[in-house]
Amino acid sequence: MYKIGIIGHAADVLCFSPLGFTVFESENAENAGTVLKNAVKSGEYAVLFITEDLAADLGEEIDRYKNDPLPAITVIPGRDGGKGYGLANIKKAVERAVGADILK
Amino acid sequence: MAEIRVNPTRMELKKLQARYQTARRGHKLLKDKRDELMRRFLDVVRRDKELRLRVEASLKRAYGSFAVAEAVSHPHMLREALMLPKGTSELHVTYRNQMNVTVPDFVWRETVAGKSDTYNYGLAFTSGELDSALSELGAIRDDLLLLAQLEKEAQLLAEEIERTRRRVNALEHIMMPRYLTAIRTVKMKLDENERGNITRLMKVKDMMLETRYKEKHQFFPDEEEESG
Repeated sequence: MYKIGIIGHAADVLCFSPLGFTVFESENAENAGTVLKNAVKSGEYAVLFITEDLAADLGEEIDRYKNDPLPAITVIPGRDGGKGYGLANIKKAVERAVGADILK
Repeated sequence: MAEIRVNPTRMELKKLQARYQTARRGHKLLKDKRDELMRRFLDVVRRDKELRLRVEASLKRAYGSFAVAEAVSHPHMLREALMLPKGTSELHVTYRNQMNVTVPDFVWRETVAGKSDTYNYGLAFTSGELDSALSELGAIRDDLLLLAQLEKEAQLLAEEIERTRRRVNALEHIMMPRYLTAIRTVKMKLDENERGNITRLMKVKDMMLETRYKEKHQFFPDEEEESG
């Protein structure tokens, strides 16, 4: 049995708590990185959502778990709206597989 | 290009030919695998992209509703209201084999006490806006999970495609040409040996004939003059 975690600024992620997600409040990328590392290490989380503003500075840390079946680390937009980081990730995967971005 | 160095013997030639055939068969299989992986990957990516756009739009709306709920509630009250989940919930993970890639599937199960569809907060200090914001968020929870699943699948498939593509290229541009060169070299050397052997045999035959001719004329020196 696994859990779903969400990492982000309190204002962005607090609303996910009633849905059953475990909320990790992080005010900066450094702290979010540590939280992410600990959450993955615990092995309790199969899905971890992280808000874009924090994920932007944690690219390397997130990429580390890219090739493992678990956890699925997914970037979602925060309250200030998406900057296209999630779509950029899809494009990156396409470029990796195909060799060129064919989703344009 | 580094060459494969082998002894030019028929045994080695047969071995090399067998290895070349295996490489060719492997190359064909891997190429087919790459094509199928690519087809599945593009399908996943298209669904992923569509879903992401939809989820992002829904999240934006939900955040908007939540901002309204925040505006009409006291921050401490809000934090307290959001503290507890609706019920006990757990995420079940099953694994699927996609062309030898292990892909997770997520199923969310929630047990709510008393089968109630209300959230775990009192109605006295919370607003109706909070209810609607949460129901909006609740509506996209399954989509969020599906998004996580599709993105994971896309990443894992991308990795496998990259690896398969490298293998196909290595077989096509490095291994197979190397085997072909080695086979050609061994064949040429064997042919050369064969030619050397034939020449040697011809030479030996000539020498033998010459010796016999000489021996014959040594004992019957007049024979040639008579016949001539």
